Amino acid sequence: MTSAPALVVDNLRKTYGNGVEALKGISLTVQPGDFFALLGPNGAGKSTLIGILSSLVNSTSGDAQVFGMSVNTQRSEAMRLIGLVPQEINFNQFEKPFDICVNEAGFYGIPRKIAAQRAEKYLKELRLWDKAQHQAREMSGGMKRRLMIARAMMNEPKLLILDEPTAGVDIEIRRSMWQFVSGINAAGTTVILTTHYLEEAESLCRNIAIIDHGTIVENTSMKRLLATLDVETFILDVTSAPAELPQLPGIILRRTDEHTLEAEMARSRDLNTLFAALSANDIMVNSMRNKTNRLEELFVRLVENGRQAPEAAESKHKGQGKAA
Amino acid sequence: MIRHTNLIALYTISRREIVRIVRIWTQTLIPPVITMTLYFVIFGKLIGSQIHEVAGGFTYMQYIVPGLVMMSIINNSYMNISSSFFGAKFQRSVEEMLVAPMANWVILAGYVIGSVARGLVVGLLVLVIALFFTSLHVAHPLVALASVTLGATIFALAGFINAMYAKKFDDIALVPTFVITPLTYLGGVFYSISMLGEPWQAISRINPILYMVNAFRFGILGISDVSVGWAFVVMLAFVAALSILALQLLKRGIGLRS
Repeated sequence: MTSAPALVVDNLRKTYGNGVEALKGISLTVQPGDFFALLGPNGAGKSTLIGILSSLVNSTSGDAQVFGMSVNTQRSEAMRLIGLVPQEINFNQFEKPFDICVNEAGFYGIPRKIAAQRAEKYLKELRLWDKAQHQAREMSGGMKRRLMIARAMMNEPKLLILDEPTAGVDIEIRRSMWQFVSGINAAGTTVILTTHYLEEAESLCRNIAIIDHGTIVENTSMKRLLATLDVETFILDVTSAPAELPQLPGIILRRTDEHTLEAEMARSRDLNTLFAALSANDIMVNSMRNKTNRLEELFVRLVENGRQAPEAAESKHKGQGKAA
Repeated sequence: MIRHTNLIALYTISRREIVRIVRIWTQTLIPPVITMTLYFVIFGKLIGSQIHEVAGGFTYMQYIVPGLVMMSIINNSYMNISSSFFGAKFQRSVEEMLVAPMANWVILAGYVIGSVARGLVVGLLVLVIALFFTSLHVAHPLVALASVTLGATIFALAGFINAMYAKKFDDIALVPTFVITPLTYLGGVFYSISMLGEPWQAISRINPILYMVNAFRFGILGISDVSVGWAFVVMLAFVAALSILALQLLKRGIGLRS
């Protein structure tokens, strides 16, 4: 059992009653101990996939196995291994955080005494202990999200699934949440994360799958994916940006305002070429930074390419139709 | 392991439901007691004093006490489960239970236990209030206990099914208004069906509440319009049929899973 992958998704399909095909036969594998990013635009199928893994959504066909346990045929065994932090707040707002956590443990068959100890441990680790005996509805949005993480930890899962856990959470709380989740991952828990903050995914996750329109458009290691990015854009803060910009071979130079330039260049080119050319044209650079997060740039390209491919095929098909 | 999980989960859900009832006792326990006190004053004292003894030599007040107790039990067990389970659906906290490894029957039984507990506590309070207006000697305690427990269970199951189908809060008010209230008033709470001519007497016999009220009246006063044995057969059949239906709906995830 320990050698089984943390998650195997095998040709999973989901068509809703209204005919929407949310998943079109996706397959992927997540290894034990991984910190795995599942990314995709809104409506791509991420939440449907998580819904099927947590048994809230019935799949149309295909299967998923959690550490070798099928969510279709061994539901109880599979669910025992999963901790879920959903996208929407889904606890009783009139209950106290301590009771929410202890009851959650009870649903997993954990005796009340152990549940109380765990509730104290995780509420303290997530800095919610002072709110433990207040009604949950009195808490801020960030606290509610941390409460859902504490609740998901009550059964000490081997696979923790986080569905956009930091949506609408300020930077300080986000950092403390990631510190906690990184610690859990370092201790051996496999983590699957969906997020729209791509810099989070880039810094935390080792492997990644990008899903769009119900299909996997990329599934690889974060390092390998980032290595495919061949162009980088830099923002240069300059003393004075001339109206007429020099033509530099292999570098596209744009003027944003009188003190800012953008330089787009191949990653293979060294920066000395850029600086030498700017110096030769009396342009003094005060500071420099990357324009965007690298993963964000790749994400946009992959999703756009995925969308252009069917459109191209469709226009080709129409063209053939006309010729016929 | 699974059995152990289910037992702890059952205890957790039942406990949570009972804690909820106690936490909001001003909404769950006091209103039915006030309503029934008004029934005792108006129907038992004011109007009942104008009525001479009814079946079995009991006063009208004594005659209506078992029916009013059963009526409050039915209403409260139904309202408890329908509002609590629909509330869990509405707040999506029901997902806590759906993603857990426990069996479907545990969810159903946990909520039913909570609702039966509320029904029985309200019934006991109403019975205590009744003692301020009249004297009662319980004729068959076990029959009385069994009939209120089965009556509360039947309406807890019905409330659970209603909550599964309900999409908005209005939907859980439809059944009490259009089904339970008419059936209760026509179920022999305030009168004996022997006072009715045909075909109303025959029609009354297809009302399940008639059997619950009369089984409990037999337990308290020792009189009944229907065969007590048959009443228990009817009640057990309803418990079995509604349990099977509720479990099927849970298995298919009606109103719960996509």
